[in-house]
Amino acid sequence: MDFNDTPEEAAYRTRARDWLESNVAEHKAQGHADDMAAARAWQARKAAAGYAQITWPKEWGGGGGTPIQSVIFGQEEAKHPVQYGYFTIGLGMCVPTVMAFADQATKERFVGPALRGEEIWSQLFSEPAGGSDVAAIRTRAVRDGDDWVVNGQKVWTSGAHYSDYGILLVRTNPDVPKHKGLTMFWLDLRSPGVEIRPIHQMSGGSNFNEVYFTDVRIPDAQRLGEVDAGWKVALVTLMNERLAVGGGGGAGPKEILKLAREIDAAEGTLLQEPAFRQKLADWWVQSEGLRNTRMRTITALSRGQTPGPESSIGKIIAANQLQDIGNSAVEAEDQFGIIADPALAPLKGLFQSAVMNAPGLRIAGGTDEILKNIIAERVLGLPGEIRTDKDAAFKDLKA
Amino acid sequence: MNFDYSDDQKMLKDEARKFLDAKCPVTVVRGVLDDDTRHYDEALWRGVAEQGWLGAAIPEQYGGLGLGHVELCALAEELGRAVAPIPFASTVYFVAEALMLLGSEAQKAKWLPKIASGEVIGAFATSEGPGPVTSTSIRTSVVGNRITGTKIPVTDGNIANLLVVLAKDGLYLVEGPVESEVLTTLDPTRSAARVTFADNDCERLGDEDGLSAMSQVFDRAAVLLAFEQLGGADRALEMAKAYALDRQAFGRPIAGYQAIKHKLADIYVKNEIARSNAYYGAWALNAGAAELPLAAATARVAASEAYWFASKENIQTHGGIGFTWEADPQLHYRRSRQLSLVAGAPSTWRERLVTQLEQRNAA
Repeated sequence: MDFNDTPEEAAYRTRARDWLESNVAEHKAQGHADDMAAARAWQARKAAAGYAQITWPKEWGGGGGTPIQSVIFGQEEAKHPVQYGYFTIGLGMCVPTVMAFADQATKERFVGPALRGEEIWSQLFSEPAGGSDVAAIRTRAVRDGDDWVVNGQKVWTSGAHYSDYGILLVRTNPDVPKHKGLTMFWLDLRSPGVEIRPIHQMSGGSNFNEVYFTDVRIPDAQRLGEVDAGWKVALVTLMNERLAVGGGGGAGPKEILKLAREIDAAEGTLLQEPAFRQKLADWWVQSEGLRNTRMRTITALSRGQTPGPESSIGKIIAANQLQDIGNSAVEAEDQFGIIADPALAPLKGLFQSAVMNAPGLRIAGGTDEILKNIIAERVLGLPGEIRTDKDAAFKDLKA
Repeated sequence: MNFDYSDDQKMLKDEARKFLDAKCPVTVVRGVLDDDTRHYDEALWRGVAEQGWLGAAIPEQYGGLGLGHVELCALAEELGRAVAPIPFASTVYFVAEALMLLGSEAQKAKWLPKIASGEVIGAFATSEGPGPVTSTSIRTSVVGNRITGTKIPVTDGNIANLLVVLAKDGLYLVEGPVESEVLTTLDPTRSAARVTFADNDCERLGDEDGLSAMSQVFDRAAVLLAFEQLGGADRALEMAKAYALDRQAFGRPIAGYQAIKHKLADIYVKNEIARSNAYYGAWALNAGAAELPLAAATARVAASEAYWFASKENIQTHGGIGFTWEADPQLHYRRSRQLSLVAGAPSTWRERLVTQLEQRNAA
């Protein structure tokens, strides 16, 4: 066990740090119209230097680097106030799926622009009838000559309102069991018949959308994988999803420690209260445990092992801790805690925002309950849930 | 960066597991549990000494194997898994570490070879009553080279022939046997005693004040204990899983019920968090890193929580059978209590952890 950089890693870190320092400065000096414009410009700058997707091969515009180099760059990049969240789903999940299943021409057309932040991708899987039960989706595609005609509705589609393209999972055969009649396509989200309606969340923002399909025509050439074999394609996307989703959103032990130094308590500050100290220690233990668990995953990756469903741990811990820390901080602020205005609330309302966003994090990318099933079944080898729909044709299932 | 055991360390761990499967089956643990007159398993102690494990982290010049602390951690993980009923922790994690950290050349030369060979059993005597050890809770005092006081409880104090004792002004070495009275404790597979010093000979160990010296020894022991706890927690999860897959209720294995699946998933998550923190602690210990006090506290809190949770939910998963004397889940439940308290309670370590965070931020 060695938690220090090797000489090669240290050299890479120095290069990354130097590059970031000069490039963040130039990037800031440019002045950008808005958040999105700034994010696109930063992404393009990273792509030109091979830092956009460090582990991707160079021939596809990646850095041809190792998972550990990617972690090192991420650690250094996190020290700078730059924005890149718009591209996470596309580069983390959608484009890798396209790269795995599309023909050469399609890959050449899309990989570069996505990498440079010119085009943004969405993942169109979830539906009102199929959240955790992804394969229960009802959006239908019917073959018509060289095209498929799509009708139905997707929901919880992150970023669809600013996305250009998407990968779309649809039902192509209702006469077979639900996992066996699905097909995957890529599509232009500006195609006729596509309607995107942002969902207003309880946290106040609108990161997700409903996407409606009315007689949308998709050429068969845009199919990813075989007809009715879309489940296999979706699994590739979902495997990548649990690595990409995570993140506690900045309200961690360090932030609440900062708050606790400033808040008055019965005797001294909140930080001097024994009950608070006990909780703070537990949060630290969890976030350190999570950080080091990620490092163990990277070690496994760097040895050529595939990351398993163990990575489900990360989201369970991070999302629950965000909720707990957010709530503890808000309670510590006492009556003042109800104020969510960033101009008034401590740490610009970070904890109020955590309390309101945490419920979504506990659901997105697999609920706590589904992730625990995954650990129980795929890591511990316990029996699967009883599935009465497993062998029945999809059309015979109760809605 | 590398966050796993090396191949050599994995091999050592596999060999240790094979050895303990053969020499420390559950009947050996029960042999000590069920017999009030036995305080450890002598045959296992000799076997472990012959394997060289007692001196795994002791330098070769003092008769040890001269491996690193990560290797010792790997052995600790296996000893914890086997619930080994021997005074390994007292002797190796506390006394040998205290000698290596604080001892004079003469003290090391005299004692470490005897520890490595298994000739000496050690004990670390700090507590004198309920509550954390503080500067006001210590009454044991030294005049000249004579020590007087009562320590309770002292794990292995009744079988030790070398004790490291916390007195008001520092740590002292006392040669055993000393006057002792065996106590009834939560974990009879590890004995503990009230030890009385009445003007016994003693020798100063290190120059530092007592609490600071104790703290440094505790930091080292905490990492090693965390690996024992981790091994035990993993074993408790395996037991729960095996029983849940076997036990049928309402027409199917109870492992198929989500209430049980989620319980076992929760144990798994806590164990992995404990493992990751323990690895970081092992690195900090082995590298002599400045992060050791914080890493040790983090590892200890995580491991104590994981073993407690795994051992109690293992009994719960076993249902009524889990509460019987005949069933084995109690062995881990008892040991989890012993290991969580022997170097100070988790609440004490949470406090130490936050103190480290405060100091770090101030620096």
